[in-house]
Amino acid sequence: MRTYQRPLPLLWWVRTPAYLRFVIREFTSVFIAAYLVLFLILLVRVKAGPEPYAAYLRWLASPAVLGFHVMALAAALYHTVTWLNLTPLALVVRVRGRRVAPAAIIAVNVAAWLLISILVARLILR
Amino acid sequence: MAHLVQAMEIFRYHPERDAEPVFQRYDVPYRDDWVVLDAINYIKDHVDGTLAYRWSCRMGVCGSCGMMINGAPRLSCATFLKEFYPRPIRVEPLANFPVQRDLVIALDDFIAKLPRIAPWIVRENEPPLAAGEFRQTPEQLDRYKQFSMCINCMLCYAACPVYGLRPVFLGPATIALAQRYNLDSRDQGQAGREAVLTSDDGGIWDCTLVGECTTVCPAHVDPAAAIQQAKLRGALRWVQNVLLPWGRA
Repeated sequence: MRTYQRPLPLLWWVRTPAYLRFVIREFTSVFIAAYLVLFLILLVRVKAGPEPYAAYLRWLASPAVLGFHVMALAAALYHTVTWLNLTPLALVVRVRGRRVAPAAIIAVNVAAWLLISILVARLILR
Repeated sequence: MAHLVQAMEIFRYHPERDAEPVFQRYDVPYRDDWVVLDAINYIKDHVDGTLAYRWSCRMGVCGSCGMMINGAPRLSCATFLKEFYPRPIRVEPLANFPVQRDLVIALDDFIAKLPRIAPWIVRENEPPLAAGEFRQTPEQLDRYKQFSMCINCMLCYAACPVYGLRPVFLGPATIALAQRYNLDSRDQGQAGREAVLTSDDGGIWDCTLVGECTTVCPAHVDPAAAIQQAKLRGALRWVQNVLLPWGRA
């Protein structure tokens, strides 16, 4: 039987807002990966001695690099919030035979995220 | 009341005549209690009898009349003209499937995938009939009931970009149905289904959680949840088997 296979357009991901939101969520990982590369360079500079480390800190403080970090933070927040909002899909928790409401599962995840963030921040920013 | 007209742009493809599909425009009467399927039936009955499409129950039960309606996978029996009027309505066959003719898609791929996950109750040893029926509590029923409501309308496959990009993917409805039987207290076939579900060749790990399968599902099955729950279960099983081999399940 002869059939017609429609080609998938290269820009399929801009066809609906939902696809676009999904692709943005995936794309935020690029910012997170780039941030980790900068962080790894920081560790290398620490090992290299005080002068390379200070020079790297000066470069990190330049407006363009600061701008990148603001964007990377926004990307990380977008990814985290949208991802935590999806957790009730995977997590089915039953208490005394009844399913725990999705909003409660999101709330517990967000609370754990904030708590861990505060602990890490206190550790680093002491 | 003056005669109101609804413009319909219908995807036409004849396998023996056409190399490429074309859109054909039909003007049908507009009525605010008509759904897209009514308009297509009007075309078939009064304007152009050569139009091919599938439909049966016209009440959202049979799952036959799924079509792309202005770019979104919908049941044509549950999509009212008044949602679009006076804009034209473009009707195409469900995305991601090969087209047999006009609005009719080829379902062979889905039909071939379905039995791979054994969508029936699998028993290791069947008790004799005299032992009576399998009983279930309302709570046991509640665990899988949502995933059992699928009407095989294929809207989730048309909404899934992963299936479009990687046709080997089992797809939302098949995985939801696997989960429906995996969660059934009467079933003992989880191990066999797991091998298919966690396979690298189109299993659950192909899903990147776009979530549109759930959005478009007319039966509120939530296939995205079924897939994520299967992933969680697969990951836990992996931890048990690889990291804690002495606790092999």
